[in-house]
Amino acid sequence: MTDRNGGDGKVVEVEGLSARYGDDVVLQDVSLDVFRGEILVVAGASGCGKSTLLRHMIGLSVPSEGRVKIDGIDITVASEKTLRAVRRDIGVLFQSSALLGSMTLAENVALPLSEFTDLPAPVIDMMIRIKLSMVGLEGYEGHFPAELSGGMKKRAGIARAMALDPKVLFLDEPFAGLDPITSVELEMLIKKLNGGMGTTMVIVSHELEAIFNIAGRIVMLDKDKKGIIAEGDPRVLREHSPDERVRRFLSRKIEEKDRDRM
Amino acid sequence: MARSPFFVRDEGEVTRLSVSGRLTLSDLSAMTEEIGALFEGIGQGKLLMDLQTLDYVDSAGALFLLRVEEEAAKRSVPFEIVNMSPRVRSVVGIIDRRAVAPPPAQDGLRSVGLVEETGMTSVAFVEDIARSITFGGSLISEVVLSILRPSSVRWGDVLLYMKKVGVDGLPILGLISFLLGLIIAFMSSLQLKQFGANMYVASLVAIAMVRELGPIMTAILVAGRSGSAFAAEIGTMKVNEEVDALVTMGFDPVRFLAIPKVFASILVVPLLTFFSDLFGILGGMTVGVLGLDLTIHTYAQQTSWALEVFDVVSGVVKSMVFAVLIAGIGCQRGFQASGGAEAVGNATTSAVVAGLFLIIVADSTFAIILNYVRW
Repeated sequence: MTDRNGGDGKVVEVEGLSARYGDDVVLQDVSLDVFRGEILVVAGASGCGKSTLLRHMIGLSVPSEGRVKIDGIDITVASEKTLRAVRRDIGVLFQSSALLGSMTLAENVALPLSEFTDLPAPVIDMMIRIKLSMVGLEGYEGHFPAELSGGMKKRAGIARAMALDPKVLFLDEPFAGLDPITSVELEMLIKKLNGGMGTTMVIVSHELEAIFNIAGRIVMLDKDKKGIIAEGDPRVLREHSPDERVRRFLSRKIEEKDRDRM
Repeated sequence: MARSPFFVRDEGEVTRLSVSGRLTLSDLSAMTEEIGALFEGIGQGKLLMDLQTLDYVDSAGALFLLRVEEEAAKRSVPFEIVNMSPRVRSVVGIIDRRAVAPPPAQDGLRSVGLVEETGMTSVAFVEDIARSITFGGSLISEVVLSILRPSSVRWGDVLLYMKKVGVDGLPILGLISFLLGLIIAFMSSLQLKQFGANMYVASLVAIAMVRELGPIMTAILVAGRSGSAFAAEIGTMKVNEEVDALVTMGFDPVRFLAIPKVFASILVVPLLTFFSDLFGILGGMTVGVLGLDLTIHTYAQQTSWALEVFDVVSGVVKSMVFAVLIAGIGCQRGFQASGGAEAVGNATTSAVVAGLFLIIVADSTFAIILNYVRW
């Protein structure tokens, strides 16, 4: 796989990661690589630890065991200064979009630009317009997040996350709560940014349609195993995975005993 | 930028501008400054931008390429980009060319004049009073309904808020009241000592604390600690649509959220006031015993002579009214919040400011009424 820098390789490496909340072990010995330029979807049923894995990958939580490397830098032991430099190279879209409500969209997008660069104000204005037009929100610079629909908030969140042209964009449940059309538009936007900018995408989602439409590769987590139970092309896994849980999840089939209970 | 990525070569009728290496966001500032210089010294011929050796561009680099193209058009210089790799082409293709142009001038952005500002503030103030009166009405009716039907009150929540407002606030209130009594006694003793009237320090501290400072200090502290907490809690629920969820489930949000807080405050604030009086008197006693050679017995006796039952009762009644005002305005500001995190902050600030204002107004009213009742 060729990256946007012209090389091959891993951009994110998760090695033997374990995570717990108090005494509850959520993830146990999880290892995973993300390759440059790919769209990787982390899938699985609710409560299997998808968002927990994402929080560890972006350095918001520290694992009880294991390491997370971004571009070769172990962020679990990195100093605050190193972590800050690493964070410049990643973008994150949170489930709620997490736009700052007291700021306009332009101000939200300008935040990373003014924090990490010394660009003059007119150039920052231009960058803001570029980023917002990239996600189809041209003309909305002066709007506040509260004035936008759910789908527009997600797109604005992506514009902010893409402000510094990150190497990797992490998206937590980007399709949750969106209508089918908006969901497809968001899928197209993700594919456009991946294809056009070469940005590596790590998406946490359980929306099957989106998974089949955009994922180059999926890793599937399981609540009981507390780790990865399958990895690969979603279509191949749906038909040929040796694990019945994977085939059932990707085919939207529930177990007979669960059906009887309902 | 360590090394300029640009190389200009005159080829007769064509000036070839070769771009090499990487064009990224970190270089954009320096690159932007170079745009003008790039056009200096080129003839009237065509400008060819050769991207043969350009390895990588991000969106900022693509923006730069488009700005050079725009500058060429502005200067009427024939311009062409050649040898663009598919990767660079895809990044440039994703940029909206309209975004490169300066933004259109915005109409309608003008500063508001003093008269208009005064008018808008006045209207907002009147609307705020109207909203407060409406909320006050619904709160009173819910209080009455709750008294008539005690089973409808969520007494578990009442107990919880009694702990939060009362028990948790007692240490800081005790400390402040003790120090206040100490300061009053110390300051008054400086004057009274001159007349040999040390004994009256006890009377002064007792009357000041029980009639005025005890209820006021308690109310100010509760407004700061609990009024703001009520506003923040309900405000957050409001912006998270939890209040709307209660309405759709058939709950009256005032009864569900405000009544437990108001009841807890009514029950606990008079008790806190009593403790504030007590700690203030103890502070005065500390100065009396250690600094004025009074005995504990003499000080206590002088205090009991100075105080009447009426003083204590009026203090309790006053503090109950303060409790209703603080809890009521805290809840009302919370229900008024809309938008996001900033709205919750505004609601909290407004709850404290309005609470303090209402406490002072109510206290002044009490001072006038009690002056007539007492005589």
